[in-house]
Amino acid sequence: MSPLKTSLMQTGKMRRMRKPENRVAARSRRQQPLKTKKIAKKVDSVLGPGKTAPNFSLNSTPDQKVSLNDFRGQPVILAFYPADWSPVCTDQLSLYAMVMPEFKKFNAELLAISVDNIWSHLAFAKDRKLNFPVLADFEPKGSISKKYGAYKERIGESARALFVIDDKGIIRWSHLSPDGINPGADGILSALENLNKAQSVEKS
Amino acid sequence: MSGTTTVARKRTTRKTLLEPTSRETAEKYQAPRLEIPVTAERDHIEGPVNASLTLVEYGDYQCPYCGAAYPEVKKVQKELGSELRFVFRNFPLTNMHEHAMNAAETAEAASTQGKFWPMHDFLYEHQAALGDPSVALGYAKKLGLDTQRFEREIAQHMYQKRIKDDFMGGVRSGVNGTPTFYVNGVRHDEDAVAKALIEALNHTK
Repeated sequence: MSPLKTSLMQTGKMRRMRKPENRVAARSRRQQPLKTKKIAKKVDSVLGPGKTAPNFSLNSTPDQKVSLNDFRGQPVILAFYPADWSPVCTDQLSLYAMVMPEFKKFNAELLAISVDNIWSHLAFAKDRKLNFPVLADFEPKGSISKKYGAYKERIGESARALFVIDDKGIIRWSHLSPDGINPGADGILSALENLNKAQSVEKS
Repeated sequence: MSGTTTVARKRTTRKTLLEPTSRETAEKYQAPRLEIPVTAERDHIEGPVNASLTLVEYGDYQCPYCGAAYPEVKKVQKELGSELRFVFRNFPLTNMHEHAMNAAETAEAASTQGKFWPMHDFLYEHQAALGDPSVALGYAKKLGLDTQRFEREIAQHMYQKRIKDDFMGGVRSGVNGTPTFYVNGVRHDEDAVAKALIEALNHTK
């Protein structure tokens, strides 16, 4: 059961214990959790630091799959993004292609994920000269994005969400961008630096 | 009365038990800040060095959006006059724009001979001709530059390190495309048009 449901049940129970009231109030109380649930469904809530990154296996080409677990032992950056072919000069991913040498200094792998199909991805990656795998969260649509809390039900696209996962598969940093704001690469680089610092402390 | 308390309680519950929601992220959202401070030694500054307002652009000479923003910046400068200093830093998107690095080197080579801003303006006013180096060279001649030195420095990529340093400084400040503007040190996430820039500049005064 989700933490949300559990929490609502608990608060519902607590209210009932505190306030034994008339039927109208009781009905309104019963409706409360439903309303909250509706809100919660609309709002994305990305997985935060400390959580194990859900594994996945998604196509990077028509006959090749990439799994998160393939990269155990090195940091992984996951970049969920809404759609290929966004009509701007540099979209987020073209920028990452240019910053790739910096990511590589941390031995980090970058995986980009959207719900576009693999043929769109291939053409997009070629056009923008992307130098990292672009994965298709296409069928069942958005299932991996959903696991990371990075899916927008209403528009049927992944949210602009970033994750930095450590060598053991634990999420160490995550970021959800407000609508229409390209997050850039500064957050990722800081997260990788912090990861390095934390690991050197562990070793010493 | 009771309605209000319920709402308040509901919010607390959600905040403590769930990860931040997008709505909360938006409320708490803070635009990235300029990590590399503006200095008279290093930066190309147009306007009084100690002006009270600072507009920094990370730009690419071949980017059409930067080309479109160029007259907007001129309008901002005209409107704010000596209150404003405008700073240009390089952010050539070399994987998209094949002439962007060469153009940035051209402006830097002119800068060494004291003519950064005329060359900067010329390049944006002649974006379509960036593939033909003789156009900028002709202008360098017109400006009275030592064209031999100018050509040699471009050919030897004398300024590539500086340009790449600009680029990485931009990345660390959250540059997410071109043009990216910083208004008094904070990334401008609104449109790159004069009205929005002037409003933002005056707002953070």
